Amino acid sequence: MDVKEYRGVMVLGEQRNGTIHRVTFELLNRGRSLADKLGVELSCAILGDRVDDLGEVILRGADKVYHVCSQDLATFLPGPYTRALVQLIQEEKPEIIIAAATTTGRTVMPLVAARLGTGLTADCTYLDIDPEERILLQTRPAIGGNIMATIKTPFTRPQMATVRPRSTRPAPRDESRTGEITVKNYGDMLVSLTERFLEFMADPSQEVNIQDADIIVSGGKGLKNREGFKLVEELARVLGAGVGATRDAVELGWISYSHQIGLSGKTVSPKLYIAVGISGKVQHLAGMQTSETIVAINKDPDAQIFQVADFGIVGDAFEVVPELIDALKKLRTGA
Amino acid sequence: MNIVVLIKQVPGTDNVKMDPKTGTMIRTGKDNIINPLDENALEEALRLKRSLKNVTVTVVSMGPESAMKAIKEAIAMGADGGILLSGRAFAGSDTIATARVLSSAIRKLWPVDLILCGERATDGETGQTGAMVAAMLDIPVQTYVQKLEVGDGIITVERLVEGGFERVQVKIPALVTVVKGINQPGFPTLAGKLRAKEVQVPVWGPEDVGLVPDEIGLKGSPTRVVKIFSPKLSRDTIMYRHDNTGRAISELINFLGAREIIV
Ligand SMILES: Cc1cc2nc3c(=O)[nH]c(=O)nc-3n(C[C@H](O)[C@H](O)[C@H](O)COP(=O)(O)OP(=O)(O)OC[C@H]3O[C@@H](n4cnc5c(N)ncnc54)[C@H](O)[C@@H]3O)c2cc1C
Repeated sequence: MDVKEYRGVMVLGEQRNGTIHRVTFELLNRGRSLADKLGVELSCAILGDRVDDLGEVILRGADKVYHVCSQDLATFLPGPYTRALVQLIQEEKPEIIIAAATTTGRTVMPLVAARLGTGLTADCTYLDIDPEERILLQTRPAIGGNIMATIKTPFTRPQMATVRPRSTRPAPRDESRTGEITVKNYGDMLVSLTERFLEFMADPSQEVNIQDADIIVSGGKGLKNREGFKLVEELARVLGAGVGATRDAVELGWISYSHQIGLSGKTVSPKLYIAVGISGKVQHLAGMQTSETIVAINKDPDAQIFQVADFGIVGDAFEVVPELIDALKKLRTGA
Repeated sequence: MNIVVLIKQVPGTDNVKMDPKTGTMIRTGKDNIINPLDENALEEALRLKRSLKNVTVTVVSMGPESAMKAIKEAIAMGADGGILLSGRAFAGSDTIATARVLSSAIRKLWPVDLILCGERATDGETGQTGAMVAAMLDIPVQTYVQKLEVGDGIITVERLVEGGFERVQVKIPALVTVVKGINQPGFPTLAGKLRAKEVQVPVWGPEDVGLVPDEIGLKGSPTRVVKIFSPKLSRDTIMYRHDNTGRAISELINFLGAREIIV
């Protein structure tokens, strides 16, 4: 493989029912800064049938949009998606391709990487370019403890990575931007003889939308038990906030998995994140450190969560939180 | 029906050590467990074995020799047999190299109808090995599966996705990665434990699966760990100690007010 033949940054956008999904704009934000550092073009691949508003993708930072258009791509099936993306990569030869760590991205990217025999790094929290080697540096939390690992793909192309949804802000819209939209038709090769999509069933209970909340109050093992965890829920109620939790709190059964924040849960970046009785292990931080404002309440002054906090209170959650709830209630009634 | 379950032995605690030079994991073999989601995959295979005729379940694991314990445990839980893929040359494999080893071993066990594995492992958390194995075997894959039904030459699955679930049908042979909700894993039985002692579990090295050194281990891995480090996180933190003056709380309220978060 001649790595020099590969040029440009590509992001794998996502559409749902023909509408560009927000995560596409987040990817464009990451992709734009990498492309600028390399001095190359940023392209965006969109796989789907009819897709509205491809122009928006240009305004959000893409120089080129490749719409692989087929009714066989209307809903996600691994086979057709993989074949479409492999074909597109072989035609356009991007040096880097970034996708979202959604159920789609996390399925299609390993399939493509295996087909092309190139490397893939999942759930990167930070992407950068090594200026000397012109190579992608992929940083993700490593196993156990508070360690990060930076990974590269030196000998094969494209260099592939996924990033968590909501781990970056969407790229801003720039009305003056121009670019090129190309429709690709790959015909019969996208037809799947081995897979059939039957139906999608929405399940609102499964998707607690803490990712859309402006404020999140999150609790950890420091709350001692299910009863203690209710304190966090009450503070959230007073603030009109969503409820988050650490993996430990989820595993102890205090709250369901859909509230878990961190490496193996959700990534959030609300205006305000209040961490109560949370130590701040790197796997948790991976899911919340981009929050605008972080407040931490912990009885251990050396807890790592204080390092990422803008405001910290050292104290017992069982005293601090009730007082805070009272104060907020008073504020509300103007007392 | 031949079912292969891919299992990985993972550390029971969250404290795994990293080799600072290579950035790969150091395994001590102390209190290691079967990756929890792989237990779900195994349970699903055993469920099919209980409900259908002529099902054999073979567990396959790549790991150090101590991973034999995980295979024996799987047999004690009801698997018919197992294969351990072990050898120095496998060490340092990334997900691509690992998938290459696993898929080569599965090819040797062919004909196989269904391959099951956990959606991800609790140590590396990449969740990509399963799909890579499917790609290398060139068979359909379904990920995040919470329900599985076997029909005539096909399987129907329910996939857990953002905001709901999907039902998809695929032809077998196929590979399926499962999530926690699919079932409740069982336990080893006494009879199973006795059988596990007797069953011979072959240990296959690179030659046994037809791979050369360049395809496996660090050499066969397209990714390289360049460095591992402790993250610098810091923000400028305003700190208060909680006491009986109420100062910490009132300062917090002022702070949030100044940032226009609460009004
Ligand atoms: C591969 C992998 C993936 C992981 N994914 C995630 C993930 O997605 N999300 C996640 O959260 N974790 C994840 N973890 C686990 C993570 O490493 C930590 O174990 C976990 O975040 C710790 O949760 P905690 O802060 O609730 O508990 P602890 O670390 O036990 O911290 C409890 C804190 O509460 C404080 N405390 C105790 N009593 C009080 C009190 N009365 N008042 C105030 N404070 C008190 C203590 O000082 C301590 O700081 C993952 C780990 C691994 C290995």
